[in-house]
Amino acid sequence: MVETMSGIPLDPTYGDGLQPGEYPFTRGLYPTGYRSKLWTMRMFAGFGTATDTNSRFHALLRAGGTGLSTAFDMPTLMGRDSDHEWSVGEVGRAGVAVDTLADMEDLFAGIELDKVTTSMTINGPAAICMAMYIAVAEKSGIGRAHLGGTIQNDILKEYQAQKEYIFPPRPSVRLVTDLIRFTTAEMPRWHPVSISGYHIREAGSTAAQELAFTLANGFAYVEAAIAAGLEVDDFAPRLSFFFNAHSDFFEEIGKFRAARRIWASWMKDRYGATNPKSQMCRFHTQTAGVSLTAQQPENNIASVAVQALSAVLGGTQSLHTDSYDEALALPTEKAARIALRTQQIVAHETGAASVVDPLGGAHFVEWMTDEMERQANEIFDHIDQIGRGSMLEGVYAGIDDGYFVGEIADAAYRFEREVNAGRRIIVGVNEFTENDDDEANLLSIGHATEEMQIKRLDQIRSDRNDDAVRASLAALVEAAGQPDINLMPSIIDAVQTYATEGEIVAALESVFGTYVETAMV
Amino acid sequence: MSETPGISPLSADHQEPLRVVLAKLGFDGHDRGLKVVARTLRDAGMEVIYLGLRQTTDSIVAACEQEDADVIGLSMHNAGHLTLAPRMVQAVEEAGLGVPVVIGGIVPAEDVTVLIEAGVAVVLGPGASTEEVVAAVRAAVARQSPAR
Repeated sequence: MVETMSGIPLDPTYGDGLQPGEYPFTRGLYPTGYRSKLWTMRMFAGFGTATDTNSRFHALLRAGGTGLSTAFDMPTLMGRDSDHEWSVGEVGRAGVAVDTLADMEDLFAGIELDKVTTSMTINGPAAICMAMYIAVAEKSGIGRAHLGGTIQNDILKEYQAQKEYIFPPRPSVRLVTDLIRFTTAEMPRWHPVSISGYHIREAGSTAAQELAFTLANGFAYVEAAIAAGLEVDDFAPRLSFFFNAHSDFFEEIGKFRAARRIWASWMKDRYGATNPKSQMCRFHTQTAGVSLTAQQPENNIASVAVQALSAVLGGTQSLHTDSYDEALALPTEKAARIALRTQQIVAHETGAASVVDPLGGAHFVEWMTDEMERQANEIFDHIDQIGRGSMLEGVYAGIDDGYFVGEIADAAYRFEREVNAGRRIIVGVNEFTENDDDEANLLSIGHATEEMQIKRLDQIRSDRNDDAVRASLAALVEAAGQPDINLMPSIIDAVQTYATEGEIVAALESVFGTYVETAMV
Repeated sequence: MSETPGISPLSADHQEPLRVVLAKLGFDGHDRGLKVVARTLRDAGMEVIYLGLRQTTDSIVAACEQEDADVIGLSMHNAGHLTLAPRMVQAVEEAGLGVPVVIGGIVPAEDVTVLIEAGVAVVLGPGASTEEVVAAVRAAVARQSPAR
């Protein structure tokens, strides 16, 4: 029995009418919420070499973390090797450097991959990282069917917000659907795409834009997968989402509740999904990195706690809490631990996990949920219209004509002007700024990482069988030229020869081309 | 929202608005801040030549020459500033452009001194107000070429 601190017994949920676990899931996906399963405390980590990050993974697991989440460095995210001319200064800086299968082997050394779930935050080269992860597991005797986790693999928001694209949108969406088809057939525990509003929000969108652009991208992937020959109920249960928990508490809770309601109704009514799991908007949440202040950094601990609480009251399935020192650098181990402890306090001390959707029925929260949905619907109407009845085509059109980047930039500028004019207070930034000379101890990544990584890459290039590499890349190019062939098997073959990520990307670029953004302010 | 302005070389007449080239160097895709700065400088009357993402020191130097720019603004969020910013300064010197390089974004305090010693004109940190950004750009140009 669940009781309050004072011994008052609590039901799993309160209120008449729509209950948690009932379509359209506004009040939550499951009737008993966090009582049956607490959210996964998934802390994003990655820096330096694979061995450095592997130690952080082990530390997070020892501290009670229940899932791994991998941050890759910029060259890896952009599909380039550590010795690419643009990689200088970037290797291992903002995440872990992965060039070949050997790095992935080091990254997950000593971790039982069938016992943890792993999230990999990568998009342009997602298929390559997925292939490497499968190859690592299978080398240690764990079949791909036993692997659980998520790969972000959400390329559409890259053109809209995060800008880590490689190929043009259409062939990129083919890679996304290839991975969806592949995991649907062979990896029942894997989430092949995490449709992400997080980066859209970080780039400056409003809450409603984050909600609408993200769900529109979700509809686009559903349409692409159906067009690739899948039945909606075969793959939709494995789609998942990733939202931002920003600082406006009730707006965020309304956004999370609206996301579930909108997804459920569109999946049922527009895409004909009948499996309730296809209609469930499962999501990971991360607190808003962009809200972290470089000034008075310890204040961030309080902001993160409030943001985390909004995600929990909004019913998130997993959560990453940002570390207080991240405005200036990757987090130190201590700061990452405090961030995890913040989640544990919300989970175990506050009672927020005792009752499902505890704010459901509150006039303001219900109104805000409706308002988020109303604003999102206006945006869906626009996308549907420019796509002439196809959300997938609408998203492509909105990328091509600058609709998404323009809307996001407008919202970012409006926010900045409000802060600058003092109409919006950011504690420690434009108000309450005395005593703001505290400096956090920052994690710094030396040049040694880059030298070590490049040396290692050279070693692997000289140890491997070059004929096998060339043959696997030629086969990949051949397959890429035929739109109906699923590229995953060829990519797995290539990574197993220790072909580098950059070589595999170059092979695909020779067929797909390279995307260049039109610069717009 | 508007496209990057077209090429229209201006005289060095000090009545003309300052011409600012804004760019992201290399892989770093965080362009929120740079776009806000672009609009801010434009609203302050400057001519903004927004190059956007994935630029190289060569492409930035070429744009400066073509556009007769007065100042270069780079935004850096990936901790690559210690490598990339000095390279930009060196490329500007080698091309004989004589324009200041202003850096914004995420630069830890201890690195600011290093960048200034490497020839960067100003480093603007997170939380710099729009007035500070505009004033810093004007001051950087004024120091470099007092005639303006």
